[in-house]
Amino acid sequence: MTNTQIENPKILLETHHHPPTTWKTYFTFSTDHKVIGIQYIVTSFIFFLIGGILAMIIRGELITPEADLVDRTVYNAMFTMHGTIMLFLWTFPVLVGLANYLVPLMIGARDMAFPRLNAVAFWMVPVFGIILMASFFLPGGPAQAGWWSYPPVSLQNPTGNLINGQFLWLIAVAISGVSSIMGGVNFVTTIVKMRAPGMTFFRMPAYVWAVFSAQIIQLFGLPALTAGAVMLLLDLSIGTAFFDPAKGGNAVLFQHFFWFYSHPAVYVIILPVFGIFSEIFPVYSRKPLFGYKVVAVSSLLIAGVSGFVWVHHMFASGTPAWMRIVFMVSTMFVSVPTGIKVFAWVATIWGGKLRLTTPMLFALGGLIMFVFAGITGIMLSSVPIDIHVNNTYFVVGHFHYVLYGTVTMGMFAAFYHWFPKMTGRMYYEGLGKLHFWLSFIGTNLNFLPMHPLGLQGMLRRVSSYDPEYAFWNVIASIGGFLLGMSTLPFILNMIGSWVQGEKAPDNPWRAIGLEWLVASPPPVENFEEIPVVISEPYGYGKSEPLTANLEKQELARDLN
Amino acid sequence: MKIQNILILIGCAIALTAASLWMGEQAYSWFPPQAAAESKLIDELFSFLVTLGTFIFLGVTGTVIYSIIFHRAGKYDTSDGPPIEGNVTLEVVWTTIPILLVLWIATYSYNIYAEMAIQGPMEAMHIHKMASAHAATMEEKGTFSITASNSIPVEKIEVLAKQWAWVFRYPNQNVTSTELHLPANRRVSLALQSADVLHGFYIPAFRLKQDIIPKQTIDFEFTPIRPGKYRLRDSQFSGTYFAAMQADVVVESTADYDQWLKLAATHKPVPANNQAANEYTQKIKGAFTTGYPTVIPAPPPLVNFSS
Repeated sequence: MTNTQIENPKILLETHHHPPTTWKTYFTFSTDHKVIGIQYIVTSFIFFLIGGILAMIIRGELITPEADLVDRTVYNAMFTMHGTIMLFLWTFPVLVGLANYLVPLMIGARDMAFPRLNAVAFWMVPVFGIILMASFFLPGGPAQAGWWSYPPVSLQNPTGNLINGQFLWLIAVAISGVSSIMGGVNFVTTIVKMRAPGMTFFRMPAYVWAVFSAQIIQLFGLPALTAGAVMLLLDLSIGTAFFDPAKGGNAVLFQHFFWFYSHPAVYVIILPVFGIFSEIFPVYSRKPLFGYKVVAVSSLLIAGVSGFVWVHHMFASGTPAWMRIVFMVSTMFVSVPTGIKVFAWVATIWGGKLRLTTPMLFALGGLIMFVFAGITGIMLSSVPIDIHVNNTYFVVGHFHYVLYGTVTMGMFAAFYHWFPKMTGRMYYEGLGKLHFWLSFIGTNLNFLPMHPLGLQGMLRRVSSYDPEYAFWNVIASIGGFLLGMSTLPFILNMIGSWVQGEKAPDNPWRAIGLEWLVASPPPVENFEEIPVVISEPYGYGKSEPLTANLEKQELARDLN
Repeated sequence: MKIQNILILIGCAIALTAASLWMGEQAYSWFPPQAAAESKLIDELFSFLVTLGTFIFLGVTGTVIYSIIFHRAGKYDTSDGPPIEGNVTLEVVWTTIPILLVLWIATYSYNIYAEMAIQGPMEAMHIHKMASAHAATMEEKGTFSITASNSIPVEKIEVLAKQWAWVFRYPNQNVTSTELHLPANRRVSLALQSADVLHGFYIPAFRLKQDIIPKQTIDFEFTPIRPGKYRLRDSQFSGTYFAAMQADVVVESTADYDQWLKLAATHKPVPANNQAANEYTQKIKGAFTTGYPTVIPAPPPLVNFSS
């Protein structure tokens, strides 16, 4: 294994040896993967709050059957932008941010393979975020065709202006695609080429495996979405006819472009969270990750199967029977590698010495909600059931159990777990637990009622509904507002702890992993001396060293 | 393994199975009434999946919750748990079981789907073959009172979806309606068309849904079995007044159905009441209004019968 990144470490070490000393660093074009990681995380969290406010408006509208809070056009804009923001400006960038921060540290690299490309990829996020937000100020308002933007609805332009909400939406999605492809190239290269000596593939933490698999999906899937967005943009702006049936185009073709990426995208989002679970359960159970190799390889399997699932979004949209059946079976097969992971986590927890810290609570809550989401996922993949419940709240409920119950809960677990590493300070445990209980109760109150609603036939994207659906909608809205409130203790905790929290030791959780061998926060170039890895990860209870040159590393740090 | 542990495990499995079967029974009550033959098939499959899902969910979360309660580290206990890294037998078992389950669920789902024979695009050439096969399976099971003569679909009813109205046309009687009338216990055949964007034909009480694609005619078949009034909704987002795009579906006896057709044919066509058109012309109400421009709703359809 070569360390191609060490071109001239001495000069760099001498010039900026310390981690960022002022908050202003985070507003600069930094090429330090840790600064970029935090830039991603903070930026996307701001968008998470904006997307959350839109969700509150949606739940506010749906607390009564009539469309009486906002006009129907505004409501349509709300759910369109909520979905778009939460996916393209929250889950994707926040997970890329975390991976940016952790992957080089975990594999013993000094930075990402292409630090400048990394910075450019990040700075595209606020750019397309602002483009998307600017659409609120257009005379016709933001895009209103849903985050799928299916034509021909997305091609209807009642304002008649060239620059309309949908136009900006498509530009933003295309830029987001380009940014993510840059990220994918960078992550895959970094993980393949920049591992420390001794860090073989089967000594990489499961989190790195998960990021690796997820980023491979980005490389094969994103070009399809980006191409689809560009083609739709041409249809909308200069009148080509790829997807416009009135001109002889094929409206369903867009759905293939869209879902070919957008279903695998769910695995791009959830795989890193599986990785987070795989890191957190061993630490707080004090046991090795059960079946580590199978857990690692199952990530790649999920990435592989993910290429053959997209048509399950189109079971009702004019898909021939044979295709419905083929994609039903391939979709169901995702549950096999996923099940392997779930069982491995349960076996890791079983018989351990559990410590219910905030990150562990979030991971356990996320695991339980993921099991639920997995079961409804199997139901959805079954063609006859899907015919009844697709485009109903059953899907919305399932989807939010995945994206809030699992992904966002997993992200919070990660924030708390690595907060001491990133900031050098400890968070307040009490506030963290309050945050957990509010979000766990809020998530279930919000998203569980969506399942009976869907089974009874309440459709998604409606701004008004028949009074028979009122009961569960009221519960869901109360849960939604609770979920909104749950972020307040989190914000208070993160800002308060970062400013004046207790100083954190290098390894407050007694965790095993290269990132815990460096100072908190880590110095600019991560490692004084590149570690030589000599054992598998997760050596809990085995008392064997992780690296060969640990003493030398510590000595070097003490001398500084 | 100790005998005691085996007994405990068996006890847990029995309790789990009982809870799962109970849950599977409950599942039937989560749906609207079963108004089409197809809905019985789908509810049955769903109940099966709920039973299986409950078993898995309770099994996994039960184990996790047991650990949370009984495997906590003491306050000053900094020791590690046993360094168990894996177990090949266990891993093979928990890979094989899901594979078998997936195959089972997929086969079961496929059979149900084939039995539904609901048609759809690109299947038109098989219509007669599949319709008769369908009727035969129904008769064998004795579940529904569909006789061979009833399995021949009633005349093809034309369904037109547009922003934002449903229009139903009975070509033989030259009747146009905004209310869909269907005879009970007869195979019904629809020709679905859209005038503008994607729409979705969805009647929750029938558990059936089919997207309608512009410039295509999609055949759709099913068998209503329970007289009553149901709601048809647009299931594919179709723009501003999407939520208002609903219609009543009346399932009635063949005699009543014929009677209704005859009566409607005598009516003179008049513009129907249309919620989208009404809302568009009215001043928008609501706490926050922006007046974003919208696609202009199609004029209310001219119909013999309006609900």
